[in-house]
Amino acid sequence: MDIEQKVKEIIIEELGVEASEVTLEANFIEDLGADSLDTVELIMKFEEEFEIDIADEEAEKLTTVGKAVDYLTSKVG
Amino acid sequence: MVKDKIAIITGAARGIGFAIARRFAEEGATVIIIDLAQDAVDEAVAQLTTDGFSAAGYAGNVVNGEQMAEIFKTIHARFGAIDILINNAGITRDGLIMKMKESDWDAVIAVNLKGTFICTQKVSRYMMKQRHGVIINIASVIGLMGNSGQANYAASKGGIIALTKSTAKELASRNIRANAIAPGFIRTPMTDTLKPEVVENYAKAIPLSRMGEAVDVANSCLFLASDLASYITGQTIQVDGGLIM
Repeated sequence: MDIEQKVKEIIIEELGVEASEVTLEANFIEDLGADSLDTVELIMKFEEEFEIDIADEEAEKLTTVGKAVDYLTSKVG
Repeated sequence: MVKDKIAIITGAARGIGFAIARRFAEEGATVIIIDLAQDAVDEAVAQLTTDGFSAAGYAGNVVNGEQMAEIFKTIHARFGAIDILINNAGITRDGLIMKMKESDWDAVIAVNLKGTFICTQKVSRYMMKQRHGVIINIASVIGLMGNSGQANYAASKGGIIALTKSTAKELASRNIRANAIAPGFIRTPMTDTLKPEVVENYAKAIPLSRMGEAVDVANSCLFLASDLASYITGQTIQVDGGLIM
């Protein structure tokens, strides 16, 4: 499975949103209704699924689906 | 009240911690005892299972984050949930401020305050995912009123009360409640060694004119852990016979 697809599936499951909402431009907080705890949980889930460590300063920058996909692709892909 | 719940209690091999474990077990919870020494843990678990209760135990140090994370992971895998966490592990290293060693300050703050933080942090991960949980932190009236010769202990217990409020605020949206209990003078093996006249002097200051029993603390834990307390979070309940009001 490619990374973009896997990232989107994680987001759909963690945030309980529809696949159609999870566009690359979608902002986790503004568009997908995540709160600060959701974003922490999401990062933890990425770390678990992709078996990597994401530093706090990196995590703060991952505000949209696209940014998360790009970051994870660069780390894992 | 807590039937079939999975309840972890730290520092539960003896004293107030063990009384809490026994009381929860009596009410049908599966209790998981955490304490420093494996043999003490095994003995405590054996006492409960011999009486027909559901109990398990793990040896660990609450100050060791990696070790605690591993223990909680094992518990979660084995029991499928962590419903209740009671942060009870605590120590004293009494001394006047002028004479207190830094190492005694550090040790008490580490076990009592940091240990509570570490267990809360590691367990909240599972509680957040399951969208429910109860955390109870054992503070002390000393954390509210201070005590000569116990600056480190008082600071750690006051810190626990503030930590409890922050925990309650951060995790409320995930249906996780966090409360503290502040016991007063509770009869334990340690106080049994006090001279009767000393105990009598203590008792004079208590409106209910007696020392508390460990089970008094355990009963309050039971209430806070149950759905009877479903609208209570961020509070500190004093179990002190009216000592401070």
